[in-house]
Amino acid sequence: MCLGIPGRVQEVYEARGTRMAVADFGGVTKTVCLAYVPEVGVGDYTIVHAGFAITRLDEASAVETLRMFAELGMLESELGQDEPVP
Amino acid sequence: MKYLDEFQDPVLAGRLFAEIDAAVTRPWALMEVCGGQTHSIMRNGIDQLLPDTVELIHGPGCPVCVTPLEMIERALEIASRPDVVFCSFGDMLRVPGRDRDLFGVKASGGDVRIVYSPLDAVAVAEAEPDRQVVFFGVGFETTAPANAMAVVQARDRGLANFSMLVSHVLVPPAIEAILSSPTSRVNGFLAAGHVCSVMGTGQYEPLADRYHVPIVVTGFEPLDVLDGIRRCILQLEEGRGEVENAYARAVQVGGNPVAKAVLAEVFEVCDRSWRGIGLIPGSGWRLTPAFADFDAERRFDVGDLTAEEPTECRAGEVLQGMIKPDQCEWFGTTCTPRTPMGATMVSSEGACAAYHQYRRVDTPVSVRRG
Repeated sequence: MCLGIPGRVQEVYEARGTRMAVADFGGVTKTVCLAYVPEVGVGDYTIVHAGFAITRLDEASAVETLRMFAELGMLESELGQDEPVP
Repeated sequence: MKYLDEFQDPVLAGRLFAEIDAAVTRPWALMEVCGGQTHSIMRNGIDQLLPDTVELIHGPGCPVCVTPLEMIERALEIASRPDVVFCSFGDMLRVPGRDRDLFGVKASGGDVRIVYSPLDAVAVAEAEPDRQVVFFGVGFETTAPANAMAVVQARDRGLANFSMLVSHVLVPPAIEAILSSPTSRVNGFLAAGHVCSVMGTGQYEPLADRYHVPIVVTGFEPLDVLDGIRRCILQLEEGRGEVENAYARAVQVGGNPVAKAVLAEVFEVCDRSWRGIGLIPGSGWRLTPAFADFDAERRFDVGDLTAEEPTECRAGEVLQGMIKPDQCEWFGTTCTPRTPMGATMVSSEGACAAYHQYRRVDTPVSVRRG
């Protein structure tokens, strides 16, 4: 029920005083209400739930998390290997 | 899809599994309180790939499943009225009441409509001013901003024919209810990521302190869930009980301040019954007096309608981690997604339905080969 999908804001417009957007979800576009994310603009990613953007997706954090996953276990496996023969 | 696919990478998942394997020295039981995470765990087989010493208990993380029977009966009563258009998220339509569900009301001529966003229900109210349009406002904190905005817009547009049947539930009081139960076996929690996107992480600090329990804010993709489990295990092994954020790309410490301000205007805390569990003090939201005119319970005078839950369904024991779904005698035989006895079998995010869909059932073997 709390499913939230990351979408990229393509277009921002105003509808009767409310900030709205067209967002792209991997090729599918949907109307999204931006009332709760004044900081989000065109090109930003946002998590969308029940037609509402609930938070800006922090792309730097996403990259950092993936980098951390990629480095997990690397140190141990390197230390565990035999010294390379010169 | 960007920011989903990367968090499903099998090579990185292998590394996270290896880290968990290396960290665990004794048995731990972790509870996720989010149907989306339950579904992800089952779909990706995470529970089967973890070391035997790490048990996942599927908590009351599906708002559809915990909506109390009396609230379903109130919805059925309102939806049956000839002057009403009853709008709801699709998941609620098959939740069994005493002897029927909202699909049944629709089949017998009731005007029940599935909407994607609560704003769609506001649009219906505007387009059909002669009808009473009622939206079934269920959900955790994640869904509350959307539902709150529907009420605000109805007020701003002067839509006297719009109202909401509110049955919101809150996650932290449910976690506290589980922690304070003498039968609880839970050592650590995965907190629902999108709930925290809205509310932030501050509400969990007093719980982690008081019960000395790790509470790790966790996302929904396989790598997110594995990282939540990994961090929880590391805390337990090191004797720590802290709030930690494993979903930093979508959760800020303070949550969403704009949404929280609107929520504070529209909703106030109330006691709420959870289907299968019972009353949890301070675990719900209802409309504030300023929005009382939009309260469907008042408008249709159904607030006194009560209902006793059937005693056969063991969903309450499942939701509290006392039994696994397939340990229930009705599971997969009398109770299936087509003929659910309780709400945990109805919603695709309910623990029983997830077990059923992803075949967590021992198939009986009639002929054994020697």
